[in-house]
Amino acid sequence: MKTRPWRTATAAALGLALAWALSGCETLNQLSEGITSLTVASGDLTEDQAASINRSTKAVTKTFEDITPEQEYYIGRTVAATVLLGYQALPAPKLNDYVNRVGQALAQFSLRPETFGGYRFLVLDSDEINAFAAPGGLILVTRGLLKCCDTEDELAAVLAHEIGHVEKLHGLRAIKTGRLGSALSTLAVESVKTLGGEQLAEVTKAFDESINDITGTLMNSGYSRRLEFEADGCAVDILRKAGYQPGALISMLENMQANWQPTRMDFAATHPPPGDRILQLKRRGLAASKETSAARQKRFDAMLRSL
Amino acid sequence: MNKWILMAGVALAAACAWGGEMSVQVREGQLRNRASFLGAVCGTVAYGDRVTVGQRQAGWFEVTGTPSGATGWIHESALTPKRIVTGSGVDDARIGASGEEVALAGKGFSKEVEAEYKKQNAKLDYVWVDRMLLFKIPEAQLVEFLQQGGLVQ
Repeated sequence: MKTRPWRTATAAALGLALAWALSGCETLNQLSEGITSLTVASGDLTEDQAASINRSTKAVTKTFEDITPEQEYYIGRTVAATVLLGYQALPAPKLNDYVNRVGQALAQFSLRPETFGGYRFLVLDSDEINAFAAPGGLILVTRGLLKCCDTEDELAAVLAHEIGHVEKLHGLRAIKTGRLGSALSTLAVESVKTLGGEQLAEVTKAFDESINDITGTLMNSGYSRRLEFEADGCAVDILRKAGYQPGALISMLENMQANWQPTRMDFAATHPPPGDRILQLKRRGLAASKETSAARQKRFDAMLRSL
Repeated sequence: MNKWILMAGVALAAACAWGGEMSVQVREGQLRNRASFLGAVCGTVAYGDRVTVGQRQAGWFEVTGTPSGATGWIHESALTPKRIVTGSGVDDARIGASGEEVALAGKGFSKEVEAEYKKQNAKLDYVWVDRMLLFKIPEAQLVEFLQQGGLVQ
């Protein structure tokens, strides 16, 4: 039988890409192996060519997307605990309860309402204007940031933006490539048992490096502009679906613009200037809105009076 | 020959996209009586539970074949096509050999790793992390909160 390996390999690759696009699930390896074993059987690919295709698809799969929700939860716990090294929690039960009502209601309208441990919110006792979204949904917002809000809709806009970071796995993306490969691949070949000495040390080292990558981004460098704009986009969608004013995000950014001081170590250090974000949102046809309902304003005022 | 490879790929894709089994990848999932967070909760599923998925609607799956027998709708973010394996060693080897995608529960970045990391970073304190995890507002109260705020009907 005449073999035309390049045409076959291209067809296999296209079939694979189409199948992967259609399936929307993470079985790239499975599909690859299925298709290559079929083509080897038919004589169109040699064993070597098949092995090479399988190896390269396996090589692409040790990224942040391979982190399971359960692992993301543990990463998030330690990221939150690390942020809490620098900030005190505000032990105000009614305020925390209110922020959780707004936040957890909003999370239900995200494209990712379910995480392993769920979305939870905590107010930090600081006048700094800042918020931190740990992977998995632990979201910390400062008292200073709450004071910048004039309406419940503006508070919702802030929380929805943070939910957007969790929805799109921005925290996990901060983990540098290479951190995950060596440590986590050990587990793929070992039978599942409690990690002993050397393995535990290796995985803990990868954990430590991953935590540092994430907290470094959250607290020092900030996300790229593209990811910040993406979180703003998520926020608009979530606000709209939940029934809040999407324009409250712009009016909140205008509040922050009034408080903008590039030299301060707060949101100014880790976010693009509010003006740039406002421009992006206006390009989507959005306008600032201070509108809200009487009921929302009443409960918002009651809660934030304590600040 | 090229067409045949393409069809095989599509068939495999179809097998994993429609129907079939998925696993619960969150600690606790609620089944609702319709494809909406506003639907009433009619059952729960736990981490690792294997379920049969049927219809898909607006990001929700209708599931049956749950361990408790309950049926209902759950958001797709709570499910994964991977089989979640908690580890009796022998079973895992068998599953691994069949080529099924597995996710290892309690491995990788886990409770064990957190404990080890904490040993190396004595200043770390998870007290408020554990406290905030308890701030769960029951779904019925979230719905009420939205309604009182004039946000949903």
